[in-house]
Amino acid sequence: MRDAWTIAAKDMRRRLRDRTAILVALVLPFGLAYIFDLTLGDIETQGFDATYAVVNRDVGGHLPEEFTRLLQGIDFITLRDASSVREADSLASDGTIDAAVVFPPGFTERVEDGRGGEIVVIGSPDAQISALVAESIATSFASDLDAIGLSVGTVAEPGAPVDERLVARAQDVTPGAEIRGTDAEDQAVSQATFFAIGMAVFFMFFAVEFGVRGLLEEREEGTLSRLLVAPISPGSVIGGKALASLLVGLVSTSLLVIATTWLLGASWGEPIGVVLLVVGGVLAAVGVTALVSTLATTTAQAGAYVSVVAVVGGLLGGTFFPISQAGLLGTIRFLSPQGWLMEGFQELAYGGGLADIAWPLTGVLVIATVTGAIAWMRSKRMVAR
Amino acid sequence: MPAATDHEVVLESEGLRKSFGERVAVDAVGFTVAAGETYGLLGPNGAGKTTTISMVCGLLKRDAGHVTLRGRELDTATVDVKAEIGYVPQEVAIYPDLTARENLRFFGKLYDLTGRDLDARIEHVLETIGLADRGNERTDAFSGGMKRRLNIGLGLLNDPTLLVLDEPTVGVDPQSRNAILDSVESLAREGLAVLYTTHYMEEAERLCDRVGILDEGALKAEGTRRELISLVGERDRLHIDARGDLSAAATAAAALPGVEEAVPRDGGIDVLARDVRASLAEIVRAIDGSGVGIMSMEVDEPNLEAVFLHLTGKALRDEG
Repeated sequence: MRDAWTIAAKDMRRRLRDRTAILVALVLPFGLAYIFDLTLGDIETQGFDATYAVVNRDVGGHLPEEFTRLLQGIDFITLRDASSVREADSLASDGTIDAAVVFPPGFTERVEDGRGGEIVVIGSPDAQISALVAESIATSFASDLDAIGLSVGTVAEPGAPVDERLVARAQDVTPGAEIRGTDAEDQAVSQATFFAIGMAVFFMFFAVEFGVRGLLEEREEGTLSRLLVAPISPGSVIGGKALASLLVGLVSTSLLVIATTWLLGASWGEPIGVVLLVVGGVLAAVGVTALVSTLATTTAQAGAYVSVVAVVGGLLGGTFFPISQAGLLGTIRFLSPQGWLMEGFQELAYGGGLADIAWPLTGVLVIATVTGAIAWMRSKRMVAR
Repeated sequence: MPAATDHEVVLESEGLRKSFGERVAVDAVGFTVAAGETYGLLGPNGAGKTTTISMVCGLLKRDAGHVTLRGRELDTATVDVKAEIGYVPQEVAIYPDLTARENLRFFGKLYDLTGRDLDARIEHVLETIGLADRGNERTDAFSGGMKRRLNIGLGLLNDPTLLVLDEPTVGVDPQSRNAILDSVESLAREGLAVLYTTHYMEEAERLCDRVGILDEGALKAEGTRRELISLVGERDRLHIDARGDLSAAATAAAALPGVEEAVPRDGGIDVLARDVRASLAEIVRAIDGSGVGIMSMEVDEPNLEAVFLHLTGKALRDEG
């Protein structure tokens, strides 16, 4: 084991001197996660705004005014005046406003009498989403009015005058359930997390690929024969290579987790789960890249093989963009360790615990064991001719 | 296969055989190397020299035969015995992105050298190969000759009993080559057993106490230079440019022991002898005593090239 450590230490020293290795293991994944978050994040969360008009034909009624105040409290809405339905219709038609909300005469009175009122939303044909948003807000407002009416109705005698204090108390009642909207900041955090996970998983395979490929490198440099004449077992040589890969993979992935958490605001979730998945993932990456490397006869060939496997596995596993969990793609993604890793890390990022990553972790470890065992046997044949 | 010296036999190999698929690379090769002896494996490229020493060093699994190092069996699975071998591969086997000292330190650790012992060995080797002042430089900045010297230095790091050098002078400039040959001679004088492969006849003649001639995977002959030459019946030739009664002088020379033939030719006398250098003084005295004036002399000894040609029917070096 001491010989394996000596070889691993030498390999890691050489990796540190090779700036390309640092680039691939650390700079590139962090940089890409940052760029993806910056560009795609902006597309998703850039400011939504809408211009609405409220046409108040309910002279003397207070509900249209409450609705207007509601709209004024929403920062992406701009209000402008429209004195009549015709004017509002005209403004919506020419795109000056995205939608107009019309309160008919006697609306407040009808609502308060329990006879029901009607709110009309006029949408611009050029701003269908904004019109839908206006309609949603109006529907929500109407639902609130329904709830208040129901609360009052259950405590008041039919036909009795409305008690304003009861209405006020009903308005103060905490709703049993409420729908929480996702604000732009929350969305940005999940976006950063996704890309941080994706890039860490994707580049994990490039960070560790020098390991068994190093045997081919030693052969090309002529140093393999010198190693094999030394009083150490061939297993120590292979073990040293795998150990160096494992350590570089663990260090680079751990640094990425820390850096993306601090600098990109990524939320990786349960720390122990993250550690387990990182260890399992790096083991699988070492196993897969080692196996692929043993199929090659030169380092250039091994590098190309590993790149193909890492890119295909990365795309299949959804490291660049979320892939559907249903259908064929949703199933075959689990052929790649990247698919299992993305599944596990996303479970943790969405608040899952250790139990939620049991299957992904098992999948990753099975792949690590199978590929690692085959790679070990093939590597021994490579060194003991 | 007897060793040429009375020293302890360090390496003993017998019946080595290795084939790659249908092709038999080495067959029935065996030899011994004693302490203080330099044994050369001489043969053209592709003769099986590297395959043979790869089996000797435990780098390559052999199909048959055995190798012992100071009586202990050695193969690819052996670990401890390998600590006694210093190996210098044909190609420069060093890490280009490490310094000379880092290269030595790394391999030293693999030989269980640590602490002050390791430091001392590193400094000793750097001194020996003349790189003491360049030890902290990365080897990719070294000249070809410096890399070659470090390559040999790595083979000496573990203070081996047996030093195996696989064509260490290939592609080396004459100056560095001479320095390498000097080093090998010096190491053998210090008592190291040296196994040296080469396809340069001059190197084998200069360095090796005994030579094994290898061709197409088979050991065609082995022995000292003199034994090999006598094996094929070649004789030394001495031409003496002289003035006077050449017939009388030739008759006087021919009567000497060890001289097989002496005849007047081309304004001088041609003498054929088994070992002309050993008889040279007597020959000169005999010719001088017959009243002939000696103007000049030229000795033409048969060499291993001629032996190789005789044994294999082809030239040792195929330069084409």
